[in-house]
Amino acid sequence: MIEFLQHTVNGISVGSTYALIALGYTMVFGILQLINFAHGEVFMLGAFIGMYSAKHFGFGDQPSIGALLLTLLIAMVGCAIMGFLIERLAYRPLRKSPRINVLITAVGVSLFLQFAGQLGFGSDPKFFPQVFQPAGDWSIGELRFNPLQVIVFAISLVLMLVLQTIIFKTRLGRAMRAVSFNHDLASLMGIPTNSIISSTFMLGSSLAGAAGVLVGLIYPKIEPLMGTMPGLKAFVAAVLGGIGNVTGAVVGAITLGLAESYVVAYYAPTFRDALAFVILILILLFKPTGLFGIRRSEKV
Amino acid sequence: MKQLLLRSWKWLAALALVWAIQATIIGDLDPYVFTILMYAGINVILAVSLNLVNGFTGQFSMGHAGFMSVGGYVAAFVTLKLSETNPELLQGAMGSLIFAGVMLLAGTVAALAGFLVGLPSLRLKGDYLAIVTLGFGEIIRVVILNVDAIGGARGLPGIPALASFGWVFSLAVVTTYSVWRLVNSAPGREFLAVREDEIAAEAMGVNTTRAKVRAFVIGAFFAGIAGALFAHYLRYLNPQTFDFNRSFEVIIMVVLGGMGSVTGSVVAALFLTFIREALRYLKDSGITTLDFRMIIYSLMLIVLMLTRPNGLFGTRELRDLLPSGRGKRSGKGASQPQGVLR
Amino acid sequence: MSMSSKKLSFLFLALTLASVGCTQKQAADAPAASDVIKVGEVGSMTGTEGTFGVSTHNGIELAIKQINAKGGVKGKKLELISMDDQGKPEEAATAVTKLITQNKVAAILGEVASSRSMAMAPIAQQYQIPMISPSSTNPKVTELGDYIFRVCFIDPFQGTVMAKFAAENLKLKKVAILRDVKNDYSVGLADYFAKKFKEMGGTIVADQAYSSGDTDFKTQLTNIKGKGPEALMVPGYYTEVGLIARQAREAGITVPLLGGDGWDSPKLAEIGGKSVEGSYFSNHYSQEDQSAVVQTFVTEYKKAYNAVPDGLAAMGYDAALVLADAMNRAPDLNSASVRTAIAQTVNFPGVTGTITINSERNAVKPAVVLVVENGQYKYRTTITP
Repeated sequence: MIEFLQHTVNGISVGSTYALIALGYTMVFGILQLINFAHGEVFMLGAFIGMYSAKHFGFGDQPSIGALLLTLLIAMVGCAIMGFLIERLAYRPLRKSPRINVLITAVGVSLFLQFAGQLGFGSDPKFFPQVFQPAGDWSIGELRFNPLQVIVFAISLVLMLVLQTIIFKTRLGRAMRAVSFNHDLASLMGIPTNSIISSTFMLGSSLAGAAGVLVGLIYPKIEPLMGTMPGLKAFVAAVLGGIGNVTGAVVGAITLGLAESYVVAYYAPTFRDALAFVILILILLFKPTGLFGIRRSEKV
Repeated sequence: MKQLLLRSWKWLAALALVWAIQATIIGDLDPYVFTILMYAGINVILAVSLNLVNGFTGQFSMGHAGFMSVGGYVAAFVTLKLSETNPELLQGAMGSLIFAGVMLLAGTVAALAGFLVGLPSLRLKGDYLAIVTLGFGEIIRVVILNVDAIGGARGLPGIPALASFGWVFSLAVVTTYSVWRLVNSAPGREFLAVREDEIAAEAMGVNTTRAKVRAFVIGAFFAGIAGALFAHYLRYLNPQTFDFNRSFEVIIMVVLGGMGSVTGSVVAALFLTFIREALRYLKDSGITTLDFRMIIYSLMLIVLMLTRPNGLFGTRELRDLLPSGRGKRSGKGASQPQGVLR
Repeated sequence: MSMSSKKLSFLFLALTLASVGCTQKQAADAPAASDVIKVGEVGSMTGTEGTFGVSTHNGIELAIKQINAKGGVKGKKLELISMDDQGKPEEAATAVTKLITQNKVAAILGEVASSRSMAMAPIAQQYQIPMISPSSTNPKVTELGDYIFRVCFIDPFQGTVMAKFAAENLKLKKVAILRDVKNDYSVGLADYFAKKFKEMGGTIVADQAYSSGDTDFKTQLTNIKGKGPEALMVPGYYTEVGLIARQAREAGITVPLLGGDGWDSPKLAEIGGKSVEGSYFSNHYSQEDQSAVVQTFVTEYKKAYNAVPDGLAAMGYDAALVLADAMNRAPDLNSASVRTAIAQTVNFPGVTGTITINSERNAVKPAVVLVVENGQYKYRTTITP
């Protein structure tokens, strides 16, 4: 029983790292209906920006909450700029192109960042400085928690609420929803669609940057290919929760994390990475709109 | 039948040429050039068959390497078993016959895998196929790793060397011919209709799911055959050979050549296979120690989409480039370059 | 479509034909003068396993420089021609074909990974060119032909080394295994370890798996913790072992970790930090070894590459030295004579131990066990076959 509880705790903690990435993914998809393959790579860049700035300021030697916040801030700003550039240079010129062209570009951007990362940072794994180390081990009886993972779980819930508020309670959010509903109509209503899409990209990318730093802190081995699998899994999580839905992304990510944990524990560890895709195929077969999605009719 | 033969004489001539080369000068060729040539032939099969899905049908599959590995492993498993039990069967004419059967089997199993993967993802609109095929590559690797009979992580050495120049290039010709005939037939027109406008195609009575799944399954079939050829040429299989980069190389061939041009895929497959060796030459002569190839490929993908989304050939074929063939294009409204109609 | 795009298509066709022509021309290059002996090397200089290839390459390069400084082999200088295979078996096969048929090399050094060596071996065998793998430990590699050799020990031996060490030196009875199923090396090591450890009266209380590239191992570690092992055998690469060690401590597993030569990188201690302290792994050599051969190698290597040589560098160095030694002993530089001379290598004093090539063309030599202390890998003991 205690092992089952521990597996559940592990699953939730892995799931919350997916959730951080899935939030950005689902926002970008929501507004452009584009699978932004490069999202996983922005996450990777976040980790590397975090690592280099932490090294530069020597945060690894004096861990503190301030160091963590500053590292997070730098990574988030860096990634927001990256997100802006990617959207401006690669996606915006293709706004009127067929879907497949945009998709190919997205794959191209993702691969470009991977290979450029391998050349620029080197393909061997790097150590992420421990910029923040909460004191002691947290445990309830036999059950063990990694304090960092509790924090990540809390952060992902808070971010979910913040995004929910932005989307449904602010002017920006209303504009986002309008653009997501119909680009042309939104721009006829006087909404600057391009800058709204840019802001969404920047918001989503900065979330990925934050995720990069936090994941780097928990699993202090970072490498240029670290974004691919989590990126894909975050996408699956977003589809599972109903793509475009912020709450769905978090719920989907936690569900995926739990499912992985149980499969590894009670079935076969090798199926961990395949599981996400099996879930995706099942969802597409039986409930393509996901858990929280709304069915949209096809417009001619 | 007679009419078909008459119409296909050029293709039959190409086949005859392949076997003539096999019978005469192939032995004198430098082994290194021969190696490159063999990979070029296999790449032609892969690129042309992927073009059917990504180019002609407008879907985006990223799992061609996965189907290739299915075919490769199925074929290698059968011939390895045979070479252990009755090695004499794999000699001479009998060997060729068996190899042909094995390739057919490899293609069929890959096609079956394509059906299982394609049906759920192609039923829906949108880009799910991309992610699902990507995932399929991962799933198939996990399966291979867990089956000890096919070597698992260790790989599968000692596969008999059955893939000759003749086989590789006849199958390249057969694949090209099949795809060519298909896209110029009534069911093939359905693929083009799906690419141009799915909703309009449906309104015209095209069963879009069936068309998409059909294209996808045929593409997987030829990828399986390419895998079988690859296995029997390299004589060693390892799951890591079929990673995503492998699929990506085929995608770039299709995109560079032009999504919707068989000629383009053939030329791009040859071009990229040879340029790869040219880049090796750059690196080995000490000009650069870095591996720029994949960076160039990925940048090429982006730049092509931004500036020349039709690739180098667009939807044109060889006959459109030859002066005498110009007039034939007039009736081909359906294969207008993409992006113009939207 | 515009006229210019059509021209582009033509240009493209022409380029393709030209590049075919180029490769042909390259093929026609005449073999160089015979006052040098060409040695080919195939390695993964780029790609995810790039660091392995680069270390090996440095070792080989250092050895060749030293041999040439001493006057070369039979009065001829050795010329090293290196090729990158990007970590792919089919690229390794192409590279070895090019080396043999175009560059006309006398022998091949490589590859690090067994999967690439297995793609190369049939080709070297076909052309009857001796091939020495520095560090492919899978037994199948040298079974592919009588021209294929290696200068490292094989997985069955390395597995038994740690089993002996655990049972005899550490006096352990219960060990858990956490293996990397994506990696043939790890699977082999885990299997041979388990077999030998059971023979010696121990029990394997848990046998869990992960896939290289994973970052979270807590679930497996939770399962392992419940079985209460006295040590945890993790025969993977350092890339994952550092994280596994950390998470093992977080999960409350305090026993030492055991591993193989895949641990040998300063990154292990960096990523693992305090968590890997007191853990043991088997390796080809210890840089603390005070023998003259090792110390000269370590000093020279540090001077040349400004880095501490890892096990792979030492293996590359030894592979090149064994080849040069055989060429010196051979009556002529015929590939058959060189092959025979390599096969007759007995008690060659290498950096990684005294090397004798046995009838299966594998090196027979001892392994060392190192322990992690204060972020350094200290010599603990030597285990002989």
